Amino acid sequence: MIKLRNLDFRYPGGVFHLRVPALDVRERERVAIVGASGSGKTTMLNLLAGIILPTEGAIEVAAHRLSTLSDSDRRTFRISRIGLIFQAFELLEYLTVRDNLLLPYRISPALEESSDTRAQLERLAAETGITDRLERRPDELSQGERQRAAICRALITAPQLILADEPTGNLDPDNKRRVLDLLLAQVAGHGATLVMVTHDHDLLDPFDRVIDMRDFHGGESP
Amino acid sequence: MRDVLYLAWRYLAFNRWKTAILVAAITVIMFLPLALELVLERSSERLRARAAATPLLIGAPGSPLELALSSLYFSGEAPAGLVYSSVGEIHDTGLALAIPLQLGHRIGAQPVVGTAPDYFGFRGLPLADGRSLAITGEAVLGAAAATSLQAGPGDAVVTSPETVFDVTGTYPIKLRVVGVLAPSGSPDDEAVFVDVRTAWIISGIGHGHEDLADPGASGSVLKRDGQNVVGNAALVQYREITPDNLADFHFHGDTAGFPISAVIAVPVDEKSGVLLEGRYQGTDSGVRIVRPAGIMDELLATIFTVRQYVLAAVALVAAATIATIALVFLLSIRLRRAEILTMTRIGAAPGRVAAILGAEIMLVLLASSVLAALLTWLVTTWGDELFRWVLLSGYQ
Repeated sequence: MIKLRNLDFRYPGGVFHLRVPALDVRERERVAIVGASGSGKTTMLNLLAGIILPTEGAIEVAAHRLSTLSDSDRRTFRISRIGLIFQAFELLEYLTVRDNLLLPYRISPALEESSDTRAQLERLAAETGITDRLERRPDELSQGERQRAAICRALITAPQLILADEPTGNLDPDNKRRVLDLLLAQVAGHGATLVMVTHDHDLLDPFDRVIDMRDFHGGESP
Repeated sequence: MRDVLYLAWRYLAFNRWKTAILVAAITVIMFLPLALELVLERSSERLRARAAATPLLIGAPGSPLELALSSLYFSGEAPAGLVYSSVGEIHDTGLALAIPLQLGHRIGAQPVVGTAPDYFGFRGLPLADGRSLAITGEAVLGAAAATSLQAGPGDAVVTSPETVFDVTGTYPIKLRVVGVLAPSGSPDDEAVFVDVRTAWIISGIGHGHEDLADPGASGSVLKRDGQNVVGNAALVQYREITPDNLADFHFHGDTAGFPISAVIAVPVDEKSGVLLEGRYQGTDSGVRIVRPAGIMDELLATIFTVRQYVLAAVALVAAATIATIALVFLLSIRLRRAEILTMTRIGAAPGRVAAILGAEIMLVLLASSVLAALLTWLVTTWGDELFRWVLLSGYQ
């Protein structure tokens, strides 16, 4: 699913330096990325999503070499093949939960909303237990419900890859485990691959593999 | 495009108060100069037209503007000082038709205009219902006055007392409505027309009471001195002029010396008008002759000068408001950085995000334009009345 070769990344004018000689993630694999703050975990996710491009080296996701795609194609690829989950949920406050779930369809002409989309939305909402919250606004939901809604939004396009940036970071211990179990179940149910950044070492058990950012010579360049 | 508009609409609806303030501010910027121009343009046309349709106005010395405003628009205090003989004098010159105007009384909010039946022909005011003035005590209502007073031919209207605290003042007189004029879109619509004699009776100059010579009225006699009979407090004063008591109404004195507010002089031709002006100008006759068109042009010239300053002020306020609104949008984009970042990270093109923000601005501008258009339509419809009210209220 993911193939990184001789990846090198530096922020322009910055001192941060990320180097990944080689990294492979298989289809349906569940990978956790751990590391200290500033070690480049989020940068790694942004590179995998094609939000930023490497300074050198190659990233291949679902047989697409991201650096060879145009900006527009990379956006289309991302919105249709990759689901993103953020630590702060990033739901739009002025939309209902239903509209938030359909956001990818509203912001990209590459996706077309259909009856299948609406059926998928209802199914996801039922599976994550937010059916009765669909017409509410995010500020009317609990933290756990918001993250469940964010998970649904990431899965609404039936992506092949889920990139989750500390999705349990803002949750209490009970909700952390519950949301993680839900995320893993959904990812498994949809046959997707999961790459999740986390600080929480108590949550690493269910993952197939744990990648430590220290292995990638992250941190400051000389 | 549908999705872009939907997202923009949801954002504006969620921030409804912020949106409402923006829409209101932009509406005012759009509406004010437009409305000012429209109202001034249309209303000045109407005012000029009425003034131009009144060739000459004769009144007592004083403010020509007040004379024109009161005689043409029936607003403000009635100018006094002219006597009824002026009508005959003008008539006798053979230079013009003289139409008297006796103003100053009201029925509710409607001005009572004492005049001659010639007035209706001069102004081109056809009757919509009933007939014209025939005898003393009758009234013809303007279209708006009939609506306001809810009266028509066969009904009666009662003049308002000058002051409720003055027991020696004029008494209210009940007038019989005999006709209603067709709407003319002029101040005549608001007026209650009576003949000059009726206006004098309303003023208390003429009055009617039971005949003291009648033996049946002996209870009302205070004393008899030869031919003179003096009534006592029991004497019944008539409050309504009817065909039965019309003969009992009378005036003490010569009507030639009775007051009128002004005379509209309609010269037989241009030359006659100039000659008539010449007769009154520069004399100590105690009479002033004016051309209302000139007076209104002077007034409107002043108003149009003021308009330039108002428009300049509005332009400054508009520039400041637009700058503030631009700042609000820029700050709003800054506050929404996280939201914009989320959309672009998920996969929205920068152009798509810009389209959503642009659609929000467009919807606000559209709502403001619709509101401004609606307000402009209202002003266009009611602008004449509004302008006349603004212009003339100072003289009420």
